[in-house]
Amino acid sequence: MDYGLLSSIIHSILVASTPLVFAGLGALIQERAGVLNLGIEGLMIVGALAGFATAVAGSPLLVSIFAAALAGAMLASVFALLVLKLYANPVATGLALTLFGLGLAALAGSQYVGQAAPQVAAWNLPFLSQIPVVGPALFSHDPLVYLSIFTAFVIWWFLTKSRSGLILRAVGENHTSAHALGFSVRGVRFLAIICGGALAGIGGSYLTLVQTPLFVEGMTAGRGWIALALVVFASWRPFRVIAGAYLFGSVSIIQLHGQALGVSIASQWLSMLPYIVTIGALVIIAGRNDLTQKPPGALGSIFRESK
Amino acid sequence: MNKSGVVLGLLALVAIVVAVVSFEPAEKKEKVVVADKTKVGFVYVGPVADAGWTYEHDRGRLAVEKEHGAKVETVFVESVSEGPDAERVIAQMAADGADMIFTTSFGYMNPTIKVAKQFPNVKFEHATGYKRADNVATYSSRFYEGRHVLGLIAGKMTKSNTIGYIASFPIPEVVRGINAAYLAAKSVNPEVQFKVIWVSTWFDPGKEADAAKALIDQGADILMQHTDSAAPMKIAEERGIYAFGQASDQAAYGPNAQLTAIIDDWAPYYVRRVGEAMNGSWSSTDTWGGFDTGMVALAPYGKAVPDDVKAMAEEAHKAITEGRLHAFTGPVNKQDGSPWLKAGETADDGTLLGMDFYVEGIEGSLP
Repeated sequence: MDYGLLSSIIHSILVASTPLVFAGLGALIQERAGVLNLGIEGLMIVGALAGFATAVAGSPLLVSIFAAALAGAMLASVFALLVLKLYANPVATGLALTLFGLGLAALAGSQYVGQAAPQVAAWNLPFLSQIPVVGPALFSHDPLVYLSIFTAFVIWWFLTKSRSGLILRAVGENHTSAHALGFSVRGVRFLAIICGGALAGIGGSYLTLVQTPLFVEGMTAGRGWIALALVVFASWRPFRVIAGAYLFGSVSIIQLHGQALGVSIASQWLSMLPYIVTIGALVIIAGRNDLTQKPPGALGSIFRESK
Repeated sequence: MNKSGVVLGLLALVAIVVAVVSFEPAEKKEKVVVADKTKVGFVYVGPVADAGWTYEHDRGRLAVEKEHGAKVETVFVESVSEGPDAERVIAQMAADGADMIFTTSFGYMNPTIKVAKQFPNVKFEHATGYKRADNVATYSSRFYEGRHVLGLIAGKMTKSNTIGYIASFPIPEVVRGINAAYLAAKSVNPEVQFKVIWVSTWFDPGKEADAAKALIDQGADILMQHTDSAAPMKIAEERGIYAFGQASDQAAYGPNAQLTAIIDDWAPYYVRRVGEAMNGSWSSTDTWGGFDTGMVALAPYGKAVPDDVKAMAEEAHKAITEGRLHAFTGPVNKQDGSPWLKAGETADDGTLLGMDFYVEGIEGSLP
C-alpha cells in the first residue's frame, strides 16, 4: 500500500471526525447532568455561521472559535430558559431548537453564501510531525483537532476527579437527592447546557472553518444527530466519544476512498452504520447489570422544586 | 422564582399573539388580489442559496415574475426531501390554489403523478423525470452536451491522467453525464482514467468535500461533480487543482480552479410555459433542451484554460449547438464489451433517458 495515501486517509478521518468529537462532548456534558438536548444540530449550525462570519471579517482563529462558542451558548441559554425555568418538555424543545437554529442560520447566513474564509494554518508539532507516515497523519493538523482531544481530557478529569464533576453527576443521576443535599439543580444544569452549547457551536464552526470551508444553509447535514447517537454509543464516557467519533469518521472516509480505489460497498449501508452500531450499543447496555454503564438516572426528566 | 417564569411565559404568549395578529391582515389582503392572478408554485430539493441546482431554478422563477409581472404570483418551498414529504408539500400547494406547479427534482416523479391525479385542473411540470399525464409535463436539459465539452477540456488538461468524479445517485441523468464526459476525455487522451465516488446525496457539503479530498489524495488533478454544493470547487481551489462548476457559475468559490461550469438556465422554459398556461395553449409535453435552446450554457472559460483547448471546446460547443455533433457517437461499447453504437451511429433519446450502464473503459460498477 502507498504510505502517502494511507497517511492522507488518516488525516482526512481526523478532520471528518472532529466536528463529531466537539458536538458529542457537548451533548455528553449535558446528558451527564440529566439534560437531554436534541437541539445539537441547531447549535452546531449557529456556531458554524458565527465562526465563518468572524473569519470572513478577518478575525484570527481564536476569535472565530470564541464567537462560535458564544453563539452556541446563547442559543443554548434559550433552551435552558425554556426547559429549566418554564418546564417545557425537553424533547419537544430540543427538536424546536434544531429547527429554529437551522432557520436562523439560513436567514442570517444568506449574505455569507459564496464568500471565502481564509485557510486555517496547520500546527506542525515539533519532532512528532517529522515522523514518516505517522507525522503527517496525526501531528500536522489545525489547532482545533488538538483542542478537541484536550477538551475530552478536561471533561474526563472534571467528571471523574473533581468535586464539581461529582455534583454534576449527582444532579444527573437523581436530581431530588441532589436537591435535598442542598445543590442547585437548576444552576448546575444551566451551566452544563451553556457549556454543551458552546462545544456544539465549536463543532459546527469546524465544518465552516476547516472541513468544507464555506457556508451554506443546512450544511451540518445531520451531524448533530450522529453526535447524539455517539454519546449513547460511548455509554456517556468522554474518551469513548472520541473513539466512537473516529470510528464513525473512518467509516465515511474509508468508503469514499474504497470507491475511488474500485472497491464497491453499498454506501447506503455505511451511512446506516453509525445508527446500527448505536442501537447495538443500546442493546448491550440494556442487557448488562453494570450500573456504571447505564444512562444517567434523571436523563430527560423535568425537575420541579417542591415547596 | 415561579413568578418570573409566569411573566416570561406571558411575554412569550403576547409576542406570539402580536405576531399572529400582525400577519393576519397581510395574508387576507393578498388572497383578495390573488383571484385573477396565475399562481405558480415551485418545489425545490435544496435551499435556494445552494449556489447550484436549486439556485438556478429559483432564478428561473424570478425570471417568470419579471416577465409576466403582475399577472403571476409565485410561491416556492425549498429543501423538500424526495419522498412522502414531497407529496404532502405538492398537495398542499395545489390545495392552496396554485394553477401550475414545477417540481424540480427527479425524486418528485411519483409524488407529482400521484398529486396530479387528485388535482386534474392544476398543471404540473416535473423536471428530469419520464412519467407524464394529461396534466403533467416533463422537462429536462441535455446536460450531457455540456459534459462533453467538460470532458474534452479535462482530457486535454489533466497531467496525472486521472479525473475525479463526485456522483450523487445512479440515475440515468447522472450515469449519462459520466459516460459523456468519459467518452469526450478519452477521445482526446487515450490514457485518461475516471475515478467515480458515489456520495448518495445531492447536498452535503461536508461529505462532498471529503469525497473531493479522497479523489485528490488518489491522484485526481481535475474534479467533476454531479452534486449540488460548491464544496468540491472550494477544495480544488485550496489544493491548487482544477474543477468544473456544477449547475451554476461557481467562480466565486474557485477563482483559479474553475475551468468552466455547466449552467442550467431554466428561465426561457419557465417563462414560455407559464405564458402558455395563461393563454390556454399549455399541453402535456416532454421537453429536452440542450445548447440549442439556451437551457444549457457554459460559464466563461477560466484563465487556466490554454488557447488551443479553449478553441477546441468552443468548436465542440458550436458543433453541438448546430446539430453537427452528438456526444454519443459510435463506435461505443458498453462496459462489459458488448457493442452499443456502431461506427457513426448516434444514441437515441430512449436509451439515453434510461441509461443504466457505463461505457467501456470506465472502471468500477454502478451502485
